[in-house]
Amino acid sequence: MPTDTAAAHRAIEAVWRLESARIIAGLAGLLRDVGLAEELAQDALVVALEQWPARGIPANPGAWLMLTAKHRAIDRIRRNERLGDKLNLLGRELEATQQDPAAELDAVLDDEKIDDDLLRLMFISCHPVLSTESRIALTLRLLGGLTTEEIARGFLAAEPTIAKRIVRAKGTLASKEVPFEVPPPTERPARLASVLEVLYLVFNEGYSATTGDDWMRPALCSEALRLGRMLAELMPAEPEVHGLVALMEIQASRIPARLRRSGTPVPLLEQNRGRWDQLLIRRGFTALLRAERLGGPPGPYLLQAAIAACHARARTAAETDWAKIATLYQVLIAVAPSPVIELNRAVAVAMADDPERGLQITDGLAAEPALAGYHHLPSVRGDLLAKLGRYAEATEEFRRAASLTRNIPERTLLLQRAADCSAMMEPTDIV
Amino acid sequence: MDTTAEIFGDLAMRYLMTVNGGGSPPDEQLYAEMDRFVEELTRAGVLLATGGLDRGTHVVASAGNITLTDGPFAESKEVIVSFALLEVRSKDEALELARRFWKMVGDGEGDIRQVFGPEG
Repeated sequence: MPTDTAAAHRAIEAVWRLESARIIAGLAGLLRDVGLAEELAQDALVVALEQWPARGIPANPGAWLMLTAKHRAIDRIRRNERLGDKLNLLGRELEATQQDPAAELDAVLDDEKIDDDLLRLMFISCHPVLSTESRIALTLRLLGGLTTEEIARGFLAAEPTIAKRIVRAKGTLASKEVPFEVPPPTERPARLASVLEVLYLVFNEGYSATTGDDWMRPALCSEALRLGRMLAELMPAEPEVHGLVALMEIQASRIPARLRRSGTPVPLLEQNRGRWDQLLIRRGFTALLRAERLGGPPGPYLLQAAIAACHARARTAAETDWAKIATLYQVLIAVAPSPVIELNRAVAVAMADDPERGLQITDGLAAEPALAGYHHLPSVRGDLLAKLGRYAEATEEFRRAASLTRNIPERTLLLQRAADCSAMMEPTDIV
Repeated sequence: MDTTAEIFGDLAMRYLMTVNGGGSPPDEQLYAEMDRFVEELTRAGVLLATGGLDRGTHVVASAGNITLTDGPFAESKEVIVSFALLEVRSKDEALELARRFWKMVGDGEGDIRQVFGPEG
């Protein structure tokens, strides 16, 4: 391939990544069929790959792709009577606008309408009729503009698995006749929760990446963040959207500090705060402020973001406002009860107050079935027992925690802590 | 260095797009288009920060002597007057956005440079 063709292809790929979500959304808005919209957008991309290297990139590449896809839609509708009367009617409407190129371009560039379609696309991709993993794959595909191969690499899955998942998801949306719409107010809270959950799952998948992983895995963090920022502009009046964005911005700020090169995780309190990305932290604070200004009772993402902000605000680990964090966890438990959050509260209470009280909270969690086999429980207990000078018990807890984790760097760290506690036991034994 | 930079180094590529002075002064229409562009990039989640710069103070450090000079000190077209910090997935995306920007602005000069984190 000649270099200029290769350069043109790279430029086309860049345009695609920047524009594909809007193109697919706009087409889906016209056709009311997400699968067909994506197919036609892909067709337009193929045409671009054929034409642009020779003719150069058009002045407005996004609009060009959209127009090309629309023309394909008209052709398709003409040829395919099976698509029914509704689409035939649509075809005639499209043809009518086609007579006037200027009006057509204006119609294609109607940003506000495409914004609405983009929001509809987000809701339909995360529709509860789909399994969670299908929602994730479809969102990354339709809104993130990722290829199936990239999604597969990101989730350590086989490419055909992801491809099948996406095809099936599109089939389900069609067969269940899921409307392409922003859900009505009664359904909106639950549907929005699903969208936010999908974005946060993608973010966490990226956040769990470790040394040696394919770069596509950590890239999922930026992808989730980008989609979150996009959603925040589409739904500026939803505090939880800003809450999730704030949470992701602040968590992402710690990425440069959270792993050693060996892959061992660096605990939050031991991280080099100089490596935290202050730009992302500030963006997180701004998002948090936007959420708080909207008022209303704080939701789970906003509360988690507020907790993350407490850490971000502390210039050193010792300056952390643990009392405030403990209070925020208390509120969070009331909003979204969870033994994991209760465990986090135990840590905050121990840090704010005394380890004894924190330990008492963890005692109450010992019988919690959701935490059976969860290595953080014995790990936290080990930590608190060590702080109280109860090294023999601490050693036991760390060993138990090590036996429960499959993450090798983490296990190494826990066994090291067990050994350290065990070593601390000796002086008392000698005396 | 004991850091995640190795694996997370390229994940969110940041580019600083700078605009030099000396171009024709923007009219109302360009301001409106620029607003739209900034809004669009914010909506797309790629614009991290943007701003304008005044002529400022020039610093020369030499053998322990610090000399500060208030502008103007150079041809205006050699001085950066505004910037946009972009977060994108590839250099080509940054170049594409720059292309769009300059198509809108018309004649002028500037640069697009990758920004590295503290690990650089």
